[in-house]
Amino acid sequence: MLAGLLVAIVVVVVLWAVSSYNRLVKMRNQALNGWRQIDVQLKRRHDLIPNLVNAVRGSMDFERDTLTAVMEARSKALTATGPADAAQKEGQLTQALGRLLAVAENYPTLKSNDNVKMLQEELSATENKVGFARQFYNDIATSFNTAQQVFPANLFAAGFGFKPAELFEITNATERDVPVVDLSRR
Amino acid sequence: MNLYDQQQSNRRKTWLVMLAFVAFFLFLGIGFDTFYIGAGRGVVPIGSVIALGVGSVSAATSYFSGDRAVLLSTHAQPVEELAAGAGADDTLKLRQLQNVVDEMSIASGLPRPRVYVVPDADPNAFATGRDPAHASLAVTRGLLDTLDREELQGVVAHEMSHIRNLDVRVMTIAAALAGAVALLADWARRGMMWGGGRRRDRDDERGGGLAGIIFFAVWLIAVLLAPLLAQLLAMMVSRRREYLADASGAELTRNPLGLARALDKIESAATPTVTVNRGTAHLCIADPLGRPMNLREGAWANLFASHPPMASRIAALKEMAYQQGLR
Repeated sequence: MLAGLLVAIVVVVVLWAVSSYNRLVKMRNQALNGWRQIDVQLKRRHDLIPNLVNAVRGSMDFERDTLTAVMEARSKALTATGPADAAQKEGQLTQALGRLLAVAENYPTLKSNDNVKMLQEELSATENKVGFARQFYNDIATSFNTAQQVFPANLFAAGFGFKPAELFEITNATERDVPVVDLSRR
Repeated sequence: MNLYDQQQSNRRKTWLVMLAFVAFFLFLGIGFDTFYIGAGRGVVPIGSVIALGVGSVSAATSYFSGDRAVLLSTHAQPVEELAAGAGADDTLKLRQLQNVVDEMSIASGLPRPRVYVVPDADPNAFATGRDPAHASLAVTRGLLDTLDREELQGVVAHEMSHIRNLDVRVMTIAAALAGAVALLADWARRGMMWGGGRRRDRDDERGGGLAGIIFFAVWLIAVLLAPLLAQLLAMMVSRRREYLADASGAELTRNPLGLARALDKIESAATPTVTVNRGTAHLCIADPLGRPMNLREGAWANLFASHPPMASRIAALKEMAYQQGLR
């Protein structure tokens, strides 16, 4: 009788452990996938920036500082590793880019150039996609972290090699507002 | 009511609409058997069997390809096709639409719907499909021309919420079945004319006359029923659904004022959307027919109107924006 009860308890505990383990694995993969989404958009932004810089270079020759700031921020962002680092470097790139586009506002030839307009649209779209992918990723990552930290999952989560996911957070308060990228805005 | 409840309720309603439709066909078939063949004499109830078959097949067809029927009826064109032969200005606009849809599918975590443009100068938009994996989103040319990027984003987010809530499923099936009833009415009218013609040729008084009466009855019922069905749709597609899509759309963009401004512009360009007929009107973000019922408040209007008054929707969004500002 007692042996039977013990066996039943062991079976329940094992079943519970297996199901929580599987749930954590599933959430980890979701978080990874969410991060990949951000990564795709960041790469796309890095690819677009040289095109934009080349398109505006002719008309903005004397704004060389602004242009180099963008290119420098871009090459720094390329070396970023992991969400927290990327968030910080991408934030700087966003700022540099915002300045460039604000300055470009003063050049009527640029504002009416179809090529530049298209690049601006692509850049602001990428900017938005990064933002929305970040929302999505942070939500998933937070629930993954919570699932690891609650009792009793916290007893074995670390033992099985689960680590809390880093959030893609913007720490600087001034960066929180998405900069105005769209020149056509009134 | 949360997302899951909303989806469940829409699944239930879809079944209800389909069952009601098949029951209606069965009713017609039984009537045919009783009055024309005569029941209770060991005769195969051929009318009922055929009616049941036709009803079920059209219900199933509506479920699986109702979205195509809706898109066809509005002459919607895929945005990719349009972009291939567009000028520089137009390319930018279409690209913007595609980008905005991409953004919203990322924000909502849903697969990207197919995107269409309806050649109509009135600003309006709708979504259709049976689930997020088989969804389409259409905007009119007028919408692209009048709205700026943020406003367009608000409208697309509203439509994505309809897709996520499975509102599109019940709305699409209702539209497709209303269309099938209209088709039946048309067919019965032709049948009646054909029956009348044959009677004159063959001089077969009894058969032709009776067939004519039957066809007339079918036609009459269908004609009487079609507007009733449209009214039923308007009732099922309650006003709360639109408020809900507005609110969860604003949640996706985190920008309630974008959608508020879009609704304001759509409202002030109050010409009827000519490409959208009565059967698909309830799919749209704004009532394309400009029916006075939708301007009123109160229980009666809440029951029968398909869309809430625009002013209340805008006020609700502004309220959201105000609270967002307080946080």
